[in-house]
Amino acid sequence: MEKVLMKGNEALCAAAIRGGCRYFFGYPITPQNEIPEYMSRELPKAGGVFLQAESEVAAINMVYGAAGAGGRVMTSSSSPGIALKQEGISYICGAELPCVIVNISRGGPGLGGIQPSQADYFQSTRGGGNGDYRLLVLAPANIQEAVDLMTEAFDIADYYRMPVMILGDGMIGQMMEPVVFKTPAARELPEKEWATTGTGGARTPNIINSLRLDPAELEKLNLHLQEKYERVRANEVRYEMHQTDEAELVFVAYGTSARIVKNAVAVMRRQGVKAGLIRPISLWPFPERAFDELPGSVRALMSVELSQGQMIDDVKISARGRWPVGFYGRSGGMIFTQQEIVEAGEKMLREVSHVSGV
Amino acid sequence: MSVVFEKTKGLTDKEFHYCPGCTHGIIHRLVGEVLEEMDLLDDAIGVAPVGCAVLAYDYFNCDMHEAAHGRAPAVATGVKRVLPEKTVFAYQGDGDLASIGTAEIVHAAHRGEMITVIFVNNAIYGMTGGQMAPTTMIGQKTTTSPFGRNAEQTGSPIRIAEMLATIDGAGFIERVSVHNPVHIRKTKKAIRTAFECQQNRKGFSMVEVLSTCPTNWGMSPIASLGWLAENMIPYYPLGNFRNPDKEA
Amino acid sequence: MEEKVICAGFGGQGVMSLGRLMSYTGMHVGKEVSWLPSYGPEMRGGTANCHVIISDTLIGSPIISHDATAVIALNYPSMVKFEHELIEGGYMFYNSSLIEQAPERSGIKSIGVAANEIASEVGDLRVANMVMLGAYLAACKPYSLEDVVAALRKVFGPGKEKFIPLNEAALKRGMEVVESAAVGK
Ligand SMILES: Cc1ncc(C[n+]2csc(CCOP(=O)(O)OP(=O)(O)O)c2C)c(N)n1
Ligand code: SF4
Repeated sequence: MEKVLMKGNEALCAAAIRGGCRYFFGYPITPQNEIPEYMSRELPKAGGVFLQAESEVAAINMVYGAAGAGGRVMTSSSSPGIALKQEGISYICGAELPCVIVNISRGGPGLGGIQPSQADYFQSTRGGGNGDYRLLVLAPANIQEAVDLMTEAFDIADYYRMPVMILGDGMIGQMMEPVVFKTPAARELPEKEWATTGTGGARTPNIINSLRLDPAELEKLNLHLQEKYERVRANEVRYEMHQTDEAELVFVAYGTSARIVKNAVAVMRRQGVKAGLIRPISLWPFPERAFDELPGSVRALMSVELSQGQMIDDVKISARGRWPVGFYGRSGGMIFTQQEIVEAGEKMLREVSHVSGV
Repeated sequence: MSVVFEKTKGLTDKEFHYCPGCTHGIIHRLVGEVLEEMDLLDDAIGVAPVGCAVLAYDYFNCDMHEAAHGRAPAVATGVKRVLPEKTVFAYQGDGDLASIGTAEIVHAAHRGEMITVIFVNNAIYGMTGGQMAPTTMIGQKTTTSPFGRNAEQTGSPIRIAEMLATIDGAGFIERVSVHNPVHIRKTKKAIRTAFECQQNRKGFSMVEVLSTCPTNWGMSPIASLGWLAENMIPYYPLGNFRNPDKEA
Repeated sequence: MEEKVICAGFGGQGVMSLGRLMSYTGMHVGKEVSWLPSYGPEMRGGTANCHVIISDTLIGSPIISHDATAVIALNYPSMVKFEHELIEGGYMFYNSSLIEQAPERSGIKSIGVAANEIASEVGDLRVANMVMLGAYLAACKPYSLEDVVAALRKVFGPGKEKFIPLNEAALKRGMEVVESAAVGK
């Protein structure tokens, strides 16, 4: 396949259509507007349906209906709009429906700003809706990876009957990089026998629902969901280990941050400081096992985020007290430079040496 | 020498961020003038929308509260219930009011909430770069109706003034336009009557103002005024749809 | 080789498409590239900029911060805003048709290009951005004029092929500004 230069938002759409997306429901919000705009042009050409909903609340419920009817469906928004979708997401998880949700996030809280931010980590991985549910959250760091994950996302969603969230930010959405569209290895997908397509007189009615008034039944649903989430934990963890061999300091960063951290790691290595990076690609399930692969040389970890510190909770859980965990972050759309990270990393290494008396 | 034109005290000195020729600025000035002339500035609380007018909180020279997208009538309701003697108004665009915020506006009217809403209908989403609004004209090309708005897929433009006029709690509902000086004067009068409706506790009041968006319509400011007159007014008839004094 | 270029100017001066063409050409000659635009409401009539990276190796961060190898500034606010992003010895290409003062910063190579005048002479003010690109090509040589023209041909497609000679002429005139200055030295 030929390389093409594409904007992140548009590349995600092209990948979604290749991945089988045929229904899109969304609402304008910066910095993801190119997604609904591209879909309004291109989805009809692919025989699909684009509809601008009256709100994000409506859009996610259109997704709920379309997914229940067996459609391959997607919505996209940015942080405040994703906040509005939380109720619908909870219902979709309760009813075990597949769909893909894109969050091209921006700074918060509230109306916040429109520049890149990673302050939606809790919203994505902890859930802003009610109940014990999970989303499979994938966080690409470049446009090729965004395209590869998106092409596969609809299959993953169908396979587990759960929403897959692609979490990017304004930078991933707005920038252009060359991409190649590949055909992913297709998963063996079961028929959607549960879909409300009309009985055709040939079967008993299907019901898409999350209501279980009998506590025993509701607990059964929850145990079933947990069993499914265990399978996801076992099979869908994705991450990259970058220069962690012999590393003394290991940064943990995802998406946009990870790119800047990679530059910082290169600078530090040139200066003789052994730094490395764990880059989670799946934020849920979080790559806890990546930390077990770290060499004995590691003396400290540092979570680097475009937020005031959210993923650091998962880093601490994964570190299990084996290493001190530091943090460096900027927020509100401010983006750290590689130099800031180099300095934060070196400071942490000095403090660790001091404490251990080295 | 007499002063012919003085900037209203209803607006701050902050420079507008609106695009050249955008009529949001005229509508701001009219609201500011009415608030000043009715001597309401010290007692008014305004609610700003999410849309190009989001920074209205910097422009109106009174206390202001910023709302989430579409929720200004609910926020205004909260303010009014705490301060029933004060003048409370919301300023909203057509994405804000006629799309995401339809539930809030309908129920503010339905409760006869004593607030005044200035509704700016420019047939498009300005702030986010020209997407289709529920008020977009049939055939109008926007970034999310690239082939022109099509009634079969997306319905026909929504007439908010007429719709709200069916609600008993609505005291004053009027549609006006700011495409020429005669209509600008009529708009000011309507805004004044709306605030009077609120003062006299005659129910919910709303003024729908037909407005331009030269940037996203892709026209010069002058051409936009003509487009509004030729395309919007025939579909969105100007006039009063509910008036408390007429009924009395 | 790694070129880190900030292109900046008023909205409407074609800085975004200039950056895109630089990236596009880079991709066609087999380099790694990235293009990162500024975005948001401030772009209405205000200044716009994009960060372009062209590299032989995988690109880490697409953000250029204090390590620009070149800045192409089409108006004065852009030149002032970005001159401090340049590395020592970096290139400042500024549109001398609109910018009367040369950059204040020392330790950089400043090249004034009368892009508006040259573009008008060539036949269309809208190719001022191409004149600037020509100057950049001659000085920094990330790829050849032929590479840019080949990329343009792809971008334009058969429908707009008639615009190629105009753009090529603008590129060449921009290159001459740098080449004649070099001869003069
Ligand atoms: C929950 C939420 N959804 C979407 C947005 C993005 N957004 C900002 S302004 C706007 C629409 C503005 O259009 P309109 O109300 O017509 O006002 P105009 O800009 O035309 O004056 C949207 C959708 C947001 N800020 N919050
Ligand atoms: S985008 Fe449209 S509505 Fe917004 S300020 Fe500009 S002209 Fe006015």
